[in-house]
Amino acid sequence: MTEATTTGGLTGPPVARSAVLEALGTVRDPELDESLTKLGFVAGLEIEGDTVRAHLRLPTYWCAPNFAYLMAADADTALRAVPGVRRAEVVLDDHFASDEINTGIAQRRSFQASFEGLADDELDELRTLFRRKALVARQQRLVKALVDAGTTTEELGRLRLGDLPPSPELETYLQRRAELGLDVSPEAPLVVDTDGNPIPPELLEGHLRFARLTRVSIEGNAGFCRGMLATRYDLATPTVGPD
Amino acid sequence: MYEKDGEKYFVVDGHMHFWDASEENIKNKYGEGFIRCFYDYHKALSPEEYVWPLEKYRKYDEATLMKDLFEDGYVDVAIFQPTYLKDFYHKGFNTTEQDAVLKEKYPDKFVLNTSFDPRLGEGGLEDLEAKVRKYNCKGVKLYTAEWHDASKGWKLTDPWAIKYLEKCQELGVTNIHVHKGPTIWPLNRDAFDLADVDDAASTFPELNFIVEHVGLPRLEDMCWIGIQEPNVYGGLAVAMPFIHTRPKYFGQVVGELLYWMGEDRLTFASDYALWQPKWIVEMFVDYQYPPEQNEYPDLTTSVKKKILGLNLARLYDLKVPEGVTVADEGTGPEVTQKPAIPQEASIGGHSE
Repeated sequence: MTEATTTGGLTGPPVARSAVLEALGTVRDPELDESLTKLGFVAGLEIEGDTVRAHLRLPTYWCAPNFAYLMAADADTALRAVPGVRRAEVVLDDHFASDEINTGIAQRRSFQASFEGLADDELDELRTLFRRKALVARQQRLVKALVDAGTTTEELGRLRLGDLPPSPELETYLQRRAELGLDVSPEAPLVVDTDGNPIPPELLEGHLRFARLTRVSIEGNAGFCRGMLATRYDLATPTVGPD
Repeated sequence: MYEKDGEKYFVVDGHMHFWDASEENIKNKYGEGFIRCFYDYHKALSPEEYVWPLEKYRKYDEATLMKDLFEDGYVDVAIFQPTYLKDFYHKGFNTTEQDAVLKEKYPDKFVLNTSFDPRLGEGGLEDLEAKVRKYNCKGVKLYTAEWHDASKGWKLTDPWAIKYLEKCQELGVTNIHVHKGPTIWPLNRDAFDLADVDDAASTFPELNFIVEHVGLPRLEDMCWIGIQEPNVYGGLAVAMPFIHTRPKYFGQVVGELLYWMGEDRLTFASDYALWQPKWIVEMFVDYQYPPEQNEYPDLTTSVKKKILGLNLARLYDLKVPEGVTVADEGTGPEVTQKPAIPQEASIGGHSE
């Protein structure tokens, strides 16, 4: 990896490696709801003057191409917003659709144009679907902590966002709600469906049980992907360790 | 048969392969990528002493398979689930014909399933019928992410898929094993979504739909359709080996499935040669949830016996030896009333 440098003849501030990593840290795997940097998906960075190239890697050769495209496209957008960056390149390594995705992103083509004849729409619906799943899982994580501390199901139904003390989990939950355009004001109910509606009391238990399942699913997949990445690239950590 | 602490377990391995990913058989980079990916699965989840060298993993022989399953692995009956991948491998990865060699040699040890691809149209339909009649198949294994020329996959709701399922029903092929993969048409949709299985299961109530890998990575879709459709089953291939590397997660997966679907609709599989049944059977019989995981239905000896073999014995009319007895533990939606779930909770399951 190349450290930040400036080249002769160019003006503007040097591009800070930390700023680039921070930018990539805001990009999430839409399916796993975790950042690319935390997942270990950023394989390398090259910074030359005002040009940044980021290599991405995924747990398998066969990871779904739609999510791979979203991550690469989001990484590209994030890199271009870093102060001082004039040219950005995202390179997805070792994937069955690397050519389609890398060319598509470099030429700023849409998903449909990148996979001509193989798609009938863009990826907005897919992204929203997984934001909804992630919201439910994040909500369950918050609720579980409350239930473990003695909050009853009835009390949960009455809790407002403003009733919770600040925590990183709450912050993440609010951020996910905001992304979906849901109410994040202190008066808004804590437990809502993915349209932001409160859950009727008779459906609350079912909602929470299904939310638990969704969380198990997403967190389990994230753990598996970490393990596969470690195996594929022979990484010392993270490994598929006892869980 | 596996015996432990005076209990007898009849073991049916519901999903295994006799594949050929030798370098001579590989057609292109996708075929190489496929077996490499399988190999990483194998390495990531197997106990170290069970990891094979890549060369052995590409193509293993009959003696190895027979020993791993029946001598060492406690398996009583194994079910071949063909996976063609003709676009990746010259002779196919694991075809009905390849598997039939062993089925003919050891008729009591194997159940031979076949496969279909609805994109092959009328010709494929005739071929399906011929195979079913020749090999007396009671099940098919479907891989919806299979590539075929320009196509990257299909759905069970495609018009031709319906025709093939009608043909299955007509021929008495009652067990439809569905395996989802990373691609489908259209590519912008979630390829792992099980909504098409949900629809097919409603359309064909007399067929059993066994969702392989219990829908992973979409456990939530698996359970959602499991609640709706009584003829949907969860095949535990790929989920089983988590018992070693991630026992807590394994408990969550099995616990959720038992809660939502019940003990009568979950089926064991090793996915051999991805993993070997010996260690999985041994660990599963010994398995208990971690102490903090107290919210799921009990994983009793009876439940384990059903999962390891009795549920598949029922689906495939296999004779269960005397002495394998079970109690009904009363899990699942038919027995225990589940709380009503808001429709929106299904999220992904009903995106069509």
